[in-house]
Amino acid sequence: MDIRVQEAPFDLGAEANIFAGRQAGMGAVVTFTGIVRDLEAGLNMMEIEHYPGMTERAITEIASEAMTRWSLGDALVIHRHGRLGPDEVIMMVATAARHRVDAFEAAQFLMDYLKSRAPFWKKEITREGGQWVAARDEDEQALDRW
Amino acid sequence: MDVLYFAWVRERIGHPKDKIDTQAATVRELVEELRGREERYAAAFADLEALRVAVDQELTDFDAPLASAREVAFFPPMTGG
Repeated sequence: MDIRVQEAPFDLGAEANIFAGRQAGMGAVVTFTGIVRDLEAGLNMMEIEHYPGMTERAITEIASEAMTRWSLGDALVIHRHGRLGPDEVIMMVATAARHRVDAFEAAQFLMDYLKSRAPFWKKEITREGGQWVAARDEDEQALDRW
Repeated sequence: MDVLYFAWVRERIGHPKDKIDTQAATVRELVEELRGREERYAAAFADLEALRVAVDQELTDFDAPLASAREVAFFPPMTGG
């Protein structure tokens, strides 16, 4: 299990290759990538605030839960904070399992939980100023299926 | 005890952290105490439905005890991913 919370950009392809390359006996690797969405009003910047200490702890708990609920060989979460421009990569999740259903489901579980249980807050900065992104009811409801 | 604020809670209060000596037994009592400090605290804590709380970096609720807590954090619902 590999959890990283960082300000610096990372190389998505390189990380996916390293992750897949270090597995043995795993038939499936699923990766998900989160990207800063541009806005119609024109996004200048996305500011991601987090809670140092609790963030790493919360993600580790979520990933550990995924490891016990599905038959996973490994999991990777990289999540950035700080200032990001439109179309920049915010985060990635990778899961490895012997069979694809476990890898897919665990990746979705990780994403659903990271969305509303990992202490990150996004602020969108446009010409008109800054606006905190509101949590969506759908994101909270998404947890019910697990 | 360290009390931390994040996102718009931090902005409304005007700083990220307070060091507080408190006898509050629960998070709710601590909130009452903070509300009484100044108008900006009252504004930040006006609607508890809009807030989440963590005690010693674990997400919890407003009735959680503070007996041996070292750190309490207030913030809006999280928007990770």
